[in-house]
Amino acid sequence: MNWESVIGLEVHLQLATRSKIFSGSATTFGAEPNTQASAVDLAMPGMLPVLNAEAVHYAVKFGLGIGAEIGKRSIFDRKNYFYPDSPKGYQISQFEAPIVGEGRFEISLPDGSTRSIGITRAHLEEDAGKSLHEDYHGQSGIDLNRAGTPLLEIVSEPDIRNATEAVAYLKALHSLVTYLEISDGNMAEGSMRCDINISLRAQGSTTLGTRAEIKNVNSFRFVEKAIQHEIERQADILEDGGTIVQETRLYDAERDETRPMRSKEVANDYRYFPEPDLLPVVIDDAYIADIQRTLPELPTTKRHRFAEVYGLSNYDANVLADTRPLADYFEVVVGACNDAKIAANWVQVELLGQLNREQTSLAQCPVPAADLGGLIARILDGSISGKIAKQVFEAMWQGEGSADAIIEARGLKQVSDSGALEGIITEVIAGHPEQVQQFLEADEGRRKKLTGFFVGQVMKASKGQANPQMVNELLAKKLV
Amino acid sequence: MHKHTVSQLSRGLREGKYSSVEVTRHYLQRIARLDERYNAFISVDEQAALAAAEAADARLASGDGAPLTGIPLAHKDIFCTQGLKTSCGSRMLDNFVPPYDATVIERFRSAGSVILGKTNMDEFAMGSSNESSYYGATHNPWNTGCVPGGSSGGSAAAVAALLAPAATGTDTGGSIRQPAAFCGITGLKPTYGRVSRLGMIAFASSLDQGGPMARSAEDCALLLNTMAGHDPRDSTSSDVPVEDYTAGLEKSLEGLRIGLPDAYFGEGLDSATGECIRLALKELEALGATLTAVSLPHSALTIPTYYIVAPAEASTNLSRYDGVRYGHRCADPADLHDLYTRTREEGFGDEVKRRILIGTYALSAGYYDAYYKKAQQARRLIRQDFLDCFQSVDIIAGPTTPGPAFALGAKDNDPVSMYLEDVYTLAVNLAGLPGMSLPAGFVQDKPVGLQLIGPHFGEGRLLNIAHRLQQATDWHTRTPADGENAA
Repeated sequence: MNWESVIGLEVHLQLATRSKIFSGSATTFGAEPNTQASAVDLAMPGMLPVLNAEAVHYAVKFGLGIGAEIGKRSIFDRKNYFYPDSPKGYQISQFEAPIVGEGRFEISLPDGSTRSIGITRAHLEEDAGKSLHEDYHGQSGIDLNRAGTPLLEIVSEPDIRNATEAVAYLKALHSLVTYLEISDGNMAEGSMRCDINISLRAQGSTTLGTRAEIKNVNSFRFVEKAIQHEIERQADILEDGGTIVQETRLYDAERDETRPMRSKEVANDYRYFPEPDLLPVVIDDAYIADIQRTLPELPTTKRHRFAEVYGLSNYDANVLADTRPLADYFEVVVGACNDAKIAANWVQVELLGQLNREQTSLAQCPVPAADLGGLIARILDGSISGKIAKQVFEAMWQGEGSADAIIEARGLKQVSDSGALEGIITEVIAGHPEQVQQFLEADEGRRKKLTGFFVGQVMKASKGQANPQMVNELLAKKLV
Repeated sequence: MHKHTVSQLSRGLREGKYSSVEVTRHYLQRIARLDERYNAFISVDEQAALAAAEAADARLASGDGAPLTGIPLAHKDIFCTQGLKTSCGSRMLDNFVPPYDATVIERFRSAGSVILGKTNMDEFAMGSSNESSYYGATHNPWNTGCVPGGSSGGSAAAVAALLAPAATGTDTGGSIRQPAAFCGITGLKPTYGRVSRLGMIAFASSLDQGGPMARSAEDCALLLNTMAGHDPRDSTSSDVPVEDYTAGLEKSLEGLRIGLPDAYFGEGLDSATGECIRLALKELEALGATLTAVSLPHSALTIPTYYIVAPAEASTNLSRYDGVRYGHRCADPADLHDLYTRTREEGFGDEVKRRILIGTYALSAGYYDAYYKKAQQARRLIRQDFLDCFQSVDIIAGPTTPGPAFALGAKDNDPVSMYLEDVYTLAVNLAGLPGMSLPAGFVQDKPVGLQLIGPHFGEGRLLNIAHRLQQATDWHTRTPADGENAA
């Protein structure tokens, strides 16, 4: 049978606030254990939570970014469960009245097509601490630095159909939250963690199958593999006439498999009820309007603008609009050279290629966008060829200065002087009488090929600096 | 000296009649000699108290004294005190020394008052008799065979027995007013949000409120002036401006409209106690007040509502006591589950466990709508009843308790009859209103308390009414015999 998979994702996004959601402790990653844990974070007797206004601001920003309705009166609830890294014995979360309601946003697939994915809700909650089981000789250490870090839990509709779409969704989400500057989106440090809900149904069916939940998958690649694996697992069971058990599973990246969590790890009744230590969060229209005004152009809008205004392919627009710094860089390059297509090509192939080879980021890039634009301008005005430009770019990367300075210093300016070129061409023709003879006897098709040979020889003799277009024109005259 | 009120001591200190060290030492000596009879204190730190008294004397000498500078006070052992054990009456926190002060304590410290010690209480403030304390029951100074009430029974007994000029208490369902009534002192539960809850160990977050317990309304006003105020670290604390509670004490009661809810004078009220209340109300009439019958139609919902809301909140507030970070931890836990269950089994007493079970049940899937949600709806109705009453009357009055202090052990096997003790006080917490209890006579040589209930942020008016009544009567000036001083 043909199975269709139905996938919904819950993403736990760490918000990049300076302090925790309910205490003044810092949220820096990687500090010594328990150095960023105050009496509130330790749930000492009598301590009370105070809501961080910045976290609310960020959540609203996200809501506006996906066109969602903002909860005008959102409520915090206690989610009760015992675990050593949950110091109060409950997590402060939002249950019935989340801060962000239904929304929707567009994802872009590798084949250049787009899809719209629904967001059910997003709510604020606090992160837990960490249990450390190594180095404690059969005991566990508790690090509460992370306890109380603000999380926005973003719940998608079951609109996703396969692993590719899931990854595209996560990438689009990553792009959105970094555009909004509400999260560093650093997946390696756990800033974006994902739970996957997945079920299968017969192709064409409109009812939902029984789902399994895969917890805490922390990279795009693992999401892809976990989903692929889980689809296979469920399909195998269903093909054999079995039934899927509704359960929570863990993805084991080392073995590339999902397996059920121990039943103890799954709490059944969280006994949610409104957190009496916090007041409802009341948000008025003016507050929302203020945030709306400060929203940057978002990835989807930018992508469409790049495609329309610059005439880029969906693929190119998608790559260039992926992050705000890259998009901004690209637009400066375009501004300096006035040719979006060549700029798009240079940014994607040369710049991103070089960044990738050197394992560095745009923030560390030694070539300013305006300088790259200047280089492209020299190609466009015929000062240098594309090939020479690559040499110049190398030199710019090494910090030798602007394109003009390097072209000048290295004497790379293209020879477009017809007198000088004619001299070289005469020499080349004189040096290859056999080929000249062949050319004169050849038919139209073969002549083209032989012209290529002569152009190559001229370029070689000019050390690549001859203007290829002029060489072609002059050769055509000289060879008849 | 120990017969002085706080305001008398305050004057004496500023006039240099005696030093804070002398006053403090006097009370410390009384505690050392007499508290064996009452068991009102859990911790006393003489050295810290005397050091604070010295500092207060220096401040008084420099002319920089506030009204409470140099006044020794006792604090309920629910308020966290930096460097001084804060047990909440529980074995769970028997080893807990907070590294911080509650906001209330911080405010008293900066006012220059001296901490005499920490008073006994029902475990985690759950009780109406002080019998659920891990440190043993407190005895009522008027009759040591009787309970002092609870849960602020240690504070009430300490003030009544003149072991402290005044004390702090907390009130979740009557825990200031009922022991104040039983011990013949004056106690005020302020409007919810008037006094910061930060560092006050939580029982039921939406009901808990700290307040003063003293020998007069005037003293309560002095203490409340220091305690009250917005605290940005407590999100439920109110930013309504704080008035000077001593400023309006003398206002006339002419034209005061007092509402008497029929539900507070019906079945269940001890007749002799009712007689005392009626006499006290006559005094108020004589001072210019008029008495009107009012109705609180949802009174019958009060006890069931309270006993869902309070345990529900408590059940999760007490989850943090897990043996992981502080407090009691069972010996040699085999695994995490063993650590949790044995720590909590050993650390909590029966009444606390009972309420955790009730609360957990009320919040459980499938029961939430029937219990907790319904209780919240009932709570709104109860609150609305009071707001409706305050359309036609200025305050509401009645007895604080159905009868005077009962014998120790009398309700050991009957938790429900213990819960009924608070029938007149619980609704005030559910509605978030200010309420106070003040002495209004005696039944079988045991004090009776008159309860006054005001609209939100009406504590100033309540203190004014209580003060005028206390100027016209002398019930509040009487003190129990303690073997050293004739009553």
